[in-house]
Amino acid sequence: MPDKQDGKKLGRRQFLKWSAGAGLAAVLSSPFLPVLNPVKAANVPLPGPSHDTSHSNEGGDPKKVRAWTMVVDLKKCDGCVTIDAPPQCTQACIDGHFAPKGQEWIQIFGVDLPGGGQSFLPVPCYQCENAPCVNVCPVAATYHNEDGVVLIDHKRCIGCRMCMAACPYHRRFFNWAAPEVPPEAALAHYSPLYPVPAVKGTVIKCMFCAHFLRDGKLPYCVAGCPMKALYMGDRNEDIASNGVEVVQLSKFLDENDAFRWKEGLGTQPRVWYLPGHGQNFNRHASDPRPLKRPVWNWGGDGYNYQIEPLTWKRRPNETKD
Amino acid sequence: MRPRIETGHRRLERIALDPLARTTTSYYLFVLFLVAVVAWGFYAYVTQIRWGLVTTGMRDQVFWGIYMVNFVFFIGISHAGTLISAILRVTQASWRTPITRMAEMITVVAISIGALMPIIDMGRPERVWHMIAFGRFQSPLLWDIISITSYLTGSLVYLYLPAIPDLALMRDRLGRDASAIKRKIYTWLAVGWRNTPEQRHRLEKAIGIMAVTIIPIAVSVHTVVSYVFSMTLRPGWNSTVFGVYFVIGAIFSGIASLLIVMALFRKFYHLEEFITARHFRNLGYLMLVALLVYFYLTVGEYLTTGYKLEIEDKHLLELLLVGESAGWFWFFVVAGLVIPAVLIIVRRGPVIPRMLIAAVLVNAAMWVKRFLILVPSLQVPLMPFEFGAYRPTWVEWSITAAAFAAFILIFAIFAKVMPLISVWEVAEEMESAEHATLEAVERPSGTLEEAEGMGGSAAQRRLEETQS
Ligand code: SF4
Ligand code: SF4
Ligand code: SF4
Repeated sequence: MPDKQDGKKLGRRQFLKWSAGAGLAAVLSSPFLPVLNPVKAANVPLPGPSHDTSHSNEGGDPKKVRAWTMVVDLKKCDGCVTIDAPPQCTQACIDGHFAPKGQEWIQIFGVDLPGGGQSFLPVPCYQCENAPCVNVCPVAATYHNEDGVVLIDHKRCIGCRMCMAACPYHRRFFNWAAPEVPPEAALAHYSPLYPVPAVKGTVIKCMFCAHFLRDGKLPYCVAGCPMKALYMGDRNEDIASNGVEVVQLSKFLDENDAFRWKEGLGTQPRVWYLPGHGQNFNRHASDPRPLKRPVWNWGGDGYNYQIEPLTWKRRPNETKD
Repeated sequence: MRPRIETGHRRLERIALDPLARTTTSYYLFVLFLVAVVAWGFYAYVTQIRWGLVTTGMRDQVFWGIYMVNFVFFIGISHAGTLISAILRVTQASWRTPITRMAEMITVVAISIGALMPIIDMGRPERVWHMIAFGRFQSPLLWDIISITSYLTGSLVYLYLPAIPDLALMRDRLGRDASAIKRKIYTWLAVGWRNTPEQRHRLEKAIGIMAVTIIPIAVSVHTVVSYVFSMTLRPGWNSTVFGVYFVIGAIFSGIASLLIVMALFRKFYHLEEFITARHFRNLGYLMLVALLVYFYLTVGEYLTTGYKLEIEDKHLLELLLVGESAGWFWFFVVAGLVIPAVLIIVRRGPVIPRMLIAAVLVNAAMWVKRFLILVPSLQVPLMPFEFGAYRPTWVEWSITAAAFAAFILIFAIFAKVMPLISVWEVAEEMESAEHATLEAVERPSGTLEEAEGMGGSAAQRRLEETQS
């Protein structure tokens, strides 16, 4: 018995020592301490499914905290190869945001299936709840807004690209030069919710079309998807819609075996996938038709050029596509 | 007794202060050349400011390039000073005395150049003040800013404190033709040093405190530099050993840089008498220790990831060991580890050229190693797509060249305003050696020449004595 007590004592003392050390460590490594973050909005609670929804995606109560969530039904996503077009979500996003050439804020990746076939995976910014990119930004230029969307303040961003290093999904793009945008882009009213026109020397990415959501409008990509494979919803209200149907989000995710990309990283994406390979539109997994590249109607080189010494003339880049 | 020591000093002073008084044409030409390189780099930077980072070879996939490599490299060699002047001071290795000043100079200049690199790398350098105005303590970059600025401040103080008696010496030795402004600056910098025992005591104490303080700061600096990488979920960076790995790498390349600087100044500033083969040998052994630890950590790093072979690590290792970067990787192994180790261990031929070759190889290989830590990790795709590509452009190479030129330039100017060896500390060493000699050989005060010769030989004897 005394032995045990001794052990206990020692244990407690050790624990105290340990926790003092841990306290110091926590102060030093404060990504774990959201309280220190001056701009992070009131923590968005992650509620369980609530079933008393008013079935409305409209603005409603402006004070209500949202938890915007996207669902991608891969059974319906055929990469737009069956209609012989570039991915229409990407295209709609580019057209809606005058995204600089080369930037696909929602990008479709071909994923190899075990039998040699392929499925398609549309990837916007996942708006991670535990967003590595938000943790590392030295000036809080990238932050969670009150609805859980990861935004970038392009007037504050210093262009250090630390967030690009942190994002494990490669969802961030850099404006390597003054962006080439069509003249109408200049008329846009810049806000972190609608970062148009893009700002030279800063990082940019999908921001869930947050300027639409509170007005009950669907993002460009969701509205633009001809297969209606994309759903936008609110986990707090437990609904989602692809523009033609409204589903109960929790049930929809459960019953369709939803998963998240690289779940193991613990980033907690707000984008869910329902497994599939476009079978709803008769695309077979072995369908060899490749994705088509989206187009930038206003032309230009994107950031795919170099500047020559002395003459300051543009020269196309040999290295990249 | 007194005059004899003075004359011993005089020879030391003459040699140490000579470069400050006399400037050759070739020095001016060399400085002119360096200025030209820096100016060209500045032009490249203007190009970059005008057009944006599109002028670099970086793009969305490989979004950091040789600017960050330079950053890690320069911060790395800045550890020369701390190691030599702080660690060796704390452990009371007396042979370090003649090389502390150079080591501290490397530190100060290297941090200044290194700290510029991330700013050059920024997309919006004009917003650098945001880091202070909106700085968030959660970000590894802010840790960098805090630790690098404290390191720079600390190192400046640490360079300055032991220099006070020498500055006073220069104040007293200024010729009649020296300009009033020069006299004023030295007088001001010497803060009324009169070499009283009281002042000496205080100075020794202050230096002692600084020596102990600067070590944790230096360790923290390279640790948080590594955290910029290891706080991310990327193959090769997502590693717990990175802090130690970077600190050891820094000490490794720091010693190499010090060896190079020593060899050059020894030759051009005729310091053969004070910087001897023994210094090179001892530093060589220190470098060997760093090399072995670095080798051990490198093996551990790649073995543990290679054994588990997560898919992204697999891609990275393929790139490094057999793929696109394999040539550079094996260059690092052979030129950075194997050859220097052989050069240090196999004691054939004169020691100074041997160490110089080893040091040059180590520094080149360590620059390459930093490149290999940075770029291939970014080339590995994190989503199902192609590998990234990166080729530095003329803008990046020019700015890199300018950074190295600026390093040498500042050093060359430094060497003109301050003696490269700590005169009073070396004199103190000689003094104690002199004491020993005087006690042994009872001799009346001799002629000036005799005394002078004796001062020199006493120093030599002292060196040999500590060597054994
Ligand atoms: S996907 Fe990347 S950019 Fe988007 S929130 Fe997550 S870490 Fe940040
Ligand atoms: S690039 Fe901009 S948004 Fe990203 S971490 Fe740096 S300051 Fe923050
Ligand atoms: S949500 Fe908006 S910004 Fe994001 S990919 Fe879709 S259209 Fe683009």
